[in-house]
Amino acid sequence: MSMTLTEKLLARASRRERVTPGEIIIVEPDVVLSHDNSAAIATIFGQLPQGRVKHPDRLAITLDHAVPPPTVKHARNHAEIRRFVREQGIENFFEVGRGICHQVLCEEGAVGPGLTLLGADSHSPHCGWLGSFGAGIGRSETAALWATGELWLRVPETMRIELNGSLAIGVTAKDLTLHLIGLLSADGATYMAVEFAGDGLAGISPDSRAVLTNMMAEMGAKNACMAPDEVTWAWLEANLARTRPRDFRERLNYFRQAALYPDPDAKYALNHVVDLSQIEPMVSCPHAVDKVKPLSALRSKTVDVGFIGTCTNGRLEDIASAAEVVRGKKLAARLLVIPASSLVLRDAVAAGYIADLIDAGATIGTPGCGPCMGNHMGVLAPGEVCISSANRNFQGRMGERDAEIYLANPAVVAASCVAGKIIHPAEVVRAGDAK
Amino acid sequence: MTRTAHRVWKYGDNVNTDVIFPGKYTYTVSHDRAALARHALEDLDPVFAEGVSRGDVIVAGRNWGNGSSREQAVTCLIAAGVHAVIAVSFARIYYRNAINSGLLVIECADAVEAVESGDDIEIDLAATRILVAGQSYAFPSLPPQVLEILDAGGIIPWLGGRTLA
Ligand code: SF4
Repeated sequence: MSMTLTEKLLARASRRERVTPGEIIIVEPDVVLSHDNSAAIATIFGQLPQGRVKHPDRLAITLDHAVPPPTVKHARNHAEIRRFVREQGIENFFEVGRGICHQVLCEEGAVGPGLTLLGADSHSPHCGWLGSFGAGIGRSETAALWATGELWLRVPETMRIELNGSLAIGVTAKDLTLHLIGLLSADGATYMAVEFAGDGLAGISPDSRAVLTNMMAEMGAKNACMAPDEVTWAWLEANLARTRPRDFRERLNYFRQAALYPDPDAKYALNHVVDLSQIEPMVSCPHAVDKVKPLSALRSKTVDVGFIGTCTNGRLEDIASAAEVVRGKKLAARLLVIPASSLVLRDAVAAGYIADLIDAGATIGTPGCGPCMGNHMGVLAPGEVCISSANRNFQGRMGERDAEIYLANPAVVAASCVAGKIIHPAEVVRAGDAK
Repeated sequence: MTRTAHRVWKYGDNVNTDVIFPGKYTYTVSHDRAALARHALEDLDPVFAEGVSRGDVIVAGRNWGNGSSREQAVTCLIAAGVHAVIAVSFARIYYRNAINSGLLVIECADAVEAVESGDDIEIDLAATRILVAGQSYAFPSLPPQVLEILDAGGIIPWLGGRTLA
């Protein structure tokens, strides 16, 4: 019987020959992700009779949601997590400043082809761009998972999204995801797996692939994935050589053995075919991600502040595209740039992008989530309008109920900060050239 | 006797966890029942926290609880005394969190359509039916593994642990 990539990943994680959509299975994930919420999970864990984490080597904890800690309460939370990490002997622990959990676990090779990750974070589908299964879970079940190493899951039906052709210049993976979410709506993939495929995938960069799987959380998907290809292996090799110079060959071989691919005749519950050349820059309007409009329909909306960062669009390619737009210009609106990880920050400094951004008047933050969920470091005032490269624009998301959040690709965010209003990057670049 | 009576608070489609329980409190309010209850639905319905009574139910449209995985979006309702959420559909992490925290979640589009805020309804869990003004609406039964966890009051008591709040 043929299986989709997600079915194969779940069959492996539940040690079965095969699984069928609708079944409830017990999975043993390879990786269990948590972040600043680890202290709260540890408190729930403390109520269980087990007392010890069953597989400490499968836990991965990153401090990223409020870093550096903005208040004593947050600092105490981090201290509690460090204590738990020591007590339980958790080696995959990433300190303040290393970056956002989803980005860091990929960079560190903690997750990769063929593996299954369950994460106490809703953007856990992110790691699916490496050919893994990643799904978000809640805190209590994470505590249960720490204790027992296993958890119940329903096997999802799979929606296949076939990408053909290539994106036009200035159009990004973010625009593609906003287009899909606008088309299929915020619950278009609820309880489902999304599998990206098609010839068009080969032309999509690693940084952009992560945008695709990450944003499927906003369509309600349980997980989103794609089969590993040459692009995936090349990225893994280059990255793991940086982050784990001692054992990266071993780790790569492990991933090569574990890698899974969908059967050519697998059954999909839904099929969508996208002609990439038809996608244009898109903007998601307040206060729902699926309130999507083409950028061309949003003339002269004034903005007070821009935010480039998050697990969705805080990678090198994103910062590069913003730097290119603002280079040699002055910003009319505030712009906050927060790299998704310390490696991204390091590379952005080396390439001169950070200098371009600072010269234009941007602010640079510590790698982490920043104001994405309204915790700190760039939250909005009442009445302010923000254009952001993040994934959510819900009311109150960035801390203030009476603020508006627009979502767009990083070049559009940067251009809008130059102009002080939502605008196509080409217009800003052209205006600069004319002077 | 599995039949229970409840008063309805009704909301629309796509209610996300940020308006059920604001993100700004997620690292400062975790297990304090009174505080959880005080912020319940704060950015959706400012009168809810004061007006809700033990045993009330929330009735909602499509995709209740989409967005962040924060469990307080479930536990704040339990703390506020909410007995169940009946919706056309749920976001999947919310659905999992509800079961794993012991909050009854029912998908029943017909019942959602039939009621308004302030209405009285009855839930018959054994018969998997919701009764509204003499009409009865069926809902799908939950898988046995899931019912077991719900019956135990959530995944922590199911594994032999104590619940916090
Ligand atoms: S960047 Fe935003 S969406 Fe991503 S993990 Fe952090 S808070 Fe969540």
